Amino acid sequence: MSEVKYSKKHEWVSIDGDVGTVGITKHATEQLGDIVFAEVPDAGKALTNGGEAAVVESVKAASDVYTPVTGEVVEGNAAIVAEPALINQDPEGKGWFFKIKITSPDELAALMSKADYDKFVEENPS
Amino acid sequence: MSHLKTALFDFHKASGAKLVPFAGYEMPVQYPLGIAGEHTHVRTKAGIFDVSHMGQFSIIGDETVCKQLEQIVPIDLSLLKLNQSKYSYLMNDQGGIDDDLIVTKLEDRISIVLNAGCKHNDIKQIKTAFKQPAEFVLHDELSLIALQGPKAVSILESFIPGVSNLKFMNGGSFSFKDKSVYVTRSGYTGEDGFEVSIANELAQTFCETLLTNTDVAMIGLGARDSLRLEAGLCLYGHDLNPEISPIEADLVFGITKHRRETCDFIGGSVVKDHLTNGIKKKRVGIQPEGTIIARENAKVFKDDKEIGLVTSGGYGPSVSAAVAMGYVDFNCSEVGTSVELEVRGKKYPAKVCLLPFYKKSYAK
Repeated sequence: MSEVKYSKKHEWVSIDGDVGTVGITKHATEQLGDIVFAEVPDAGKALTNGGEAAVVESVKAASDVYTPVTGEVVEGNAAIVAEPALINQDPEGKGWFFKIKITSPDELAALMSKADYDKFVEENPS
Repeated sequence: MSHLKTALFDFHKASGAKLVPFAGYEMPVQYPLGIAGEHTHVRTKAGIFDVSHMGQFSIIGDETVCKQLEQIVPIDLSLLKLNQSKYSYLMNDQGGIDDDLIVTKLEDRISIVLNAGCKHNDIKQIKTAFKQPAEFVLHDELSLIALQGPKAVSILESFIPGVSNLKFMNGGSFSFKDKSVYVTRSGYTGEDGFEVSIANELAQTFCETLLTNTDVAMIGLGARDSLRLEAGLCLYGHDLNPEISPIEADLVFGITKHRRETCDFIGGSVVKDHLTNGIKKKRVGIQPEGTIIARENAKVFKDDKEIGLVTSGGYGPSVSAAVAMGYVDFNCSEVGTSVELEVRGKKYPAKVCLLPFYKKSYAK
């Protein structure tokens, strides 16, 4: 069973060995509304914790998706590029954005558990 | 700074609206249905828009009112029939557009609907243009509520009998709950629909009455923006501004035919020059070729040369594609011209295209 951690910028990362799968939370998709465009990073791209990694756009606006961990992209999810609605339908499943080879596993300690994230959202409604 | 509120503010809140500052007002940007859902609702059923932030302005006076207003609004008001509306704009002395507006001729007055963010300056400009006395009234006591969509006519007719006889861009006085309302068949969504000028005290009851029909939903400014963009309609402050002439904006229809020849209005010499000698830039539709969305301020390139700027862009839910409009160099403005749009530092192919992206026929 892989462990899932959450960031304050509303990303989740599911950790399986040294590979993390990153997406945006259900709460984030609810804030964005219907997603009509997604851009994901190419394999091989180096990403730094907190840096811009992907883009989602709703009818109204474009938003950056940040990576919650440092590493090298293993794969971008072509399925959400072809069908952005997947992100709304299954944000923490088929709507994942990219897989990343985690190079600084120490960073994971700064991320939140599901319970802590839920509490964070409750305390910081936007 | 506190924002102004329309008479429907509490009703919007109670309806679950997300409120945002807009043109000095706190306005609903979306309801629980969401922007894309609201957009589609208007295209298929009917939606209510609170546009009470816009200025409902009257000029009351003798027969000189029309001639005086024509100094600054380039239409022929004597050609307008009673209760007929016309889209035009307020000109400035640089030949630019200070606001776009809808003028309606009533028995005792000219009624004008002005953009919220422009209304106070507009009124100042209009008063300055008037050399003879007239009475100017900004109707803060009235709300303006639009009902738009293919089902708008049958729904509004069921509550305000007679409105279905109105032709597009025509209005009339009707009665709702024994109070007089002024209804025009108009809107800014690319759909058939109406705009109802109604006393503030009745505004909420009116909305609640319309909402008893399950085909009616409240619609926010977010969907209003995507609807008007698909319909190729300009948003003042984005697609139009004081430095852009009506010719550059491709809105020549807002100038009455014979006045395009005389150009006897404020800024007329610039318009005349643009009509005679041509323009350097022109507003066009821009269709991205892939799925990339180019929004306001995206640069437009042709053969690596910057040739223009997107002034409105987004996703069009009814055409299931990205849509944009903007200004490009005149020699790149022909429909079909291949251009590139810069988004997040990368260039993507697009084509200059005809507006609107979405077209529906109005009730003529």
